[in-house]
Amino acid sequence: MFFLVIKRILLGLITLFIVSLITFAGVEVLPGDACTTYLERQAFGEALEACYQRLGLNVPAYERYISWAWGVLQWDFGYSLSGEMKINEVLGPKVKNSLVLASASILIGIPIALLLGIVTALWRDRLPDIIISTVTIFSMTIPEFISATLLILIVAIWLEWLPGIVIVPTGATISELLPNIILPVIAISMIMTAHMARMVRSSVIQVMASDYVQMAILKGVPYWKMVFRHVLPNALLPAINVVALTIAWLLGGVVVTEVVFNYPGLGRLVIESISNRDLPVVQALAIILASIYVGINLIADLTTLMLNPRLKSLQIKK
Amino acid sequence: MKTTVQKINNLTIGFQSQKGEQISILKNISTSINQGETVGIVGESGSGKSTLALAMMGYVKHGLFTISGECMFHSNNLLEMKNKELENIRGRKIAMIPQNAGQSLTPNLKIGYQIDEALRLHTDLKQTERDEKISELLNKVRLPSPETMAQRYPHELSGGQQQRVAVAMALAGSPELLLLDEPTTGLDVTTQAHVLELLNFIAKDTGTSMVYVSHDLGAIAQVSDRVIVMYSGEIVLDGPVRSILKNPIHPYTFGLLKSIPKLSLPGLPNSMSGSQPQPGSIKKGCSFFERCEFADDNCKLNSPSLEFIEELNTSVRCFKHNELLNLNKIDSQNIKSIENKILKNEILDLSDVSISYAKQKFLDQLLNKINDTNPTVKDINININKGETLALVGESGSGKSTILKSIAGLLKTKDGNIKFGKDKTLSNDLRQRDPSFLRAIQLIFQNPDESLNPNHTVEEIVSQPLRLYFGLKGQELKDKIIEVLDKVRLGEFYLTRYPRQLSGGEKQRVAVARAFAAKPDIILCDEVTSALDVSVQAAVLNLLQELKEDFGTTYIFVSHDLAVVRAISDRVAVLYQGRLCEIGPSNNVYKFPSHPYTEVLLGAVLEPDPDIKPKLVAEDIVEEKPPENGCSFQGRCPRILGDICKNEVPPWQTGENGNSIRCHIKIEDLKNQQISN
Repeated sequence: MFFLVIKRILLGLITLFIVSLITFAGVEVLPGDACTTYLERQAFGEALEACYQRLGLNVPAYERYISWAWGVLQWDFGYSLSGEMKINEVLGPKVKNSLVLASASILIGIPIALLLGIVTALWRDRLPDIIISTVTIFSMTIPEFISATLLILIVAIWLEWLPGIVIVPTGATISELLPNIILPVIAISMIMTAHMARMVRSSVIQVMASDYVQMAILKGVPYWKMVFRHVLPNALLPAINVVALTIAWLLGGVVVTEVVFNYPGLGRLVIESISNRDLPVVQALAIILASIYVGINLIADLTTLMLNPRLKSLQIKK
Repeated sequence: MKTTVQKINNLTIGFQSQKGEQISILKNISTSINQGETVGIVGESGSGKSTLALAMMGYVKHGLFTISGECMFHSNNLLEMKNKELENIRGRKIAMIPQNAGQSLTPNLKIGYQIDEALRLHTDLKQTERDEKISELLNKVRLPSPETMAQRYPHELSGGQQQRVAVAMALAGSPELLLLDEPTTGLDVTTQAHVLELLNFIAKDTGTSMVYVSHDLGAIAQVSDRVIVMYSGEIVLDGPVRSILKNPIHPYTFGLLKSIPKLSLPGLPNSMSGSQPQPGSIKKGCSFFERCEFADDNCKLNSPSLEFIEELNTSVRCFKHNELLNLNKIDSQNIKSIENKILKNEILDLSDVSISYAKQKFLDQLLNKINDTNPTVKDINININKGETLALVGESGSGKSTILKSIAGLLKTKDGNIKFGKDKTLSNDLRQRDPSFLRAIQLIFQNPDESLNPNHTVEEIVSQPLRLYFGLKGQELKDKIIEVLDKVRLGEFYLTRYPRQLSGGEKQRVAVARAFAAKPDIILCDEVTSALDVSVQAAVLNLLQELKEDFGTTYIFVSHDLAVVRAISDRVAVLYQGRLCEIGPSNNVYKFPSHPYTEVLLGAVLEPDPDIKPKLVAEDIVEEKPPENGCSFQGRCPRILGDICKNEVPPWQTGENGNSIRCHIKIEDLKNQQISN
């Protein structure tokens, strides 16, 4: 078990190393470089030289990779092109904002998703299931930019209950943020919850049809006891990985929603830095998002391993 | 007269078809179970036997509903009870032992917890008393070291052990009635015999009534006092076990008994034509009419009712039962003995073949080397002549399917050679094999549900080998497909059918047709009849034999069923833990002297005759790995000599009958010991 954890962590680190190589190489082979992009028409002569000097672009690529990678390991991504600001200073508050949005969506969305999934499965083909399933299918199929726009129209413009777009500064505190994130959280949860609830529903139905659940009924186990002891632990295990992917997706910035609501998070930063060709920031974002995915999936795999006695003992045997 | 535990009155259970019709899958069932009695319910798949057993617990599966009738447990109708009340009966008064214990134990809960749960629900014992009771129950079902066993998860046990846990769980509430739904199907022969013996012991010991549901007349014969035969949702025969199995007065039972291959009667059994009608398809007349060899016009128009025959103490649903009563001698059936034209030239030669499943280290993988001192299959030397049928028998884990896979090229061998004909060595790597060899060796799998692509029509399935090996196209291809299907007795209208629209037997025929379409020299049959009902099994065996006689094909036939093997093979090789124990002409392998393992296997075979009891000579321990040194069977051998068996690989000895045995005991001594038993 211990070796397995170590092995998984090592594999994760190797993945990140490869991602960093690819992003670095990708930026490297693009025509032009950070300075020519930034200086545009003035990209010649002394100005260009000075820029190269300032950004350290006049040394061989592998040296730059090493110094960049070394910096990344110490949470130092160098300077962005657009300003004189250090990238980590730009990133810091955005990461925090995305984290706030993601945590709120997770805290609200996942419990609701589990509940809806379980309810629809246990009342399968009866009224609660029919109603909830219809609603979830609707909210799944409506693209988020439409549901988000509709939310703004109804809640912010017609009813005037909540602000329609987020107009707080990037560095706002959490308490300042909270009233602003209600609408984005609803928009995100609608899609996320629907997907997850469908997944949980089919997983629970599958387990309910299994021989061991029939056996539990024939053993005389009371219904709710059977649900909690025999059904849910087995039905929710496969959901862990889906939950992990969803969390990673949320933390990676829900690009469309952030743009629609003008939310100062990672997703909007991705769009902005790509359209500004701010390559150092793109590079930094790529490595951060990759780390989030790798990290969360690692946690999910290990949790599944811990909770599933079958996998656990298989690993011990090896 | 003993008290009645359960009484079923006019029970009809069915479902609503898409057209809104009510279709019954249990029709007007009336019977009763007395205290202390063991009743066997026998029937083929789809006969409604499991639905009946579940109804006896007041459980009706999702999609089915009770149309009429009642299931009286003492004075309560289980089918009208509320769930709350049922919870107090299920597990406490009536308990179920399921078919597949491996899937019926909740995977995330420990064995001890699952038994404890039953105790908590159905007894008033305190924690410490319950812990004791768990040990006691696990002891009673003869599981080793109960304390550690209780801490295990279901997947950590073998199939036989899981089944024993299910028995222990059912006994936890000390029920009055035990329902057993195919409790030994899927277990190895020796394990099955042991579990049945345990159940017989429990029935005697506790005086519990039992209902034993099975398709296997052999198992039914061993445990039941009374037998109910079901066909197409109806009881067709109900009476004492000897009367039913020795003197069957219903044509279906008669046909069923004739279609079972028996050790005592070598040769191919008679097959029953046709298959069970689909629920709802019979509107009038006897439901067995289509398949009945005794039927007349009366049977076509009128449905017989269940009639009680006083002198036999038996109820029968047949107009013609008197005819059967007089005729009836199962033993005098016409058995077709097989005669294969075996040519002297070798078609396949396995020399020193070893196969390993061990996970290889990275370096070995790079160098394409297999490093394993104790491989799963070792030292297999077999020659197969053209036109012969060689059977490989053994319990699960004996390596018989593994050997087939290696011959087919699906699994690499570690050592040794597989030669095709006299001199052509088959490459270890499927991709490097010559296409003509690929064509020459075809496989038929155990389960046609999984081996036929569900999205292909029969035409597409059979056309594949024809296009691949012979490049046929257009009308020529179509004609050939029809010709091949005709060989397996499937008409032209099957061309557009999908596998899901076929019955089990028909699916297996399509699989046979696909194999024969390649015009192979060798067909590898991997448990081809074990997923089929007995009447269908006989038909498939007969078909395989006919095709063989037409084409002169060589078969390698893998099976765990010694009676089936006896029926179809010329020569038998017995395997234990991937090592050969005995090989010889099938007539002689089944006679003494035999290898001690063959003796154990033969002793555990269940004949459909209550007067032939299995002989249990060895424990049914499951060994995970073959022993490093000495004889492969040392761990379970009832005739073990001592250190010599543990240290030295036994030599081959050939007896007077021509069968070779690998044992340290002198072959003459072995014969004397076995005959005197």
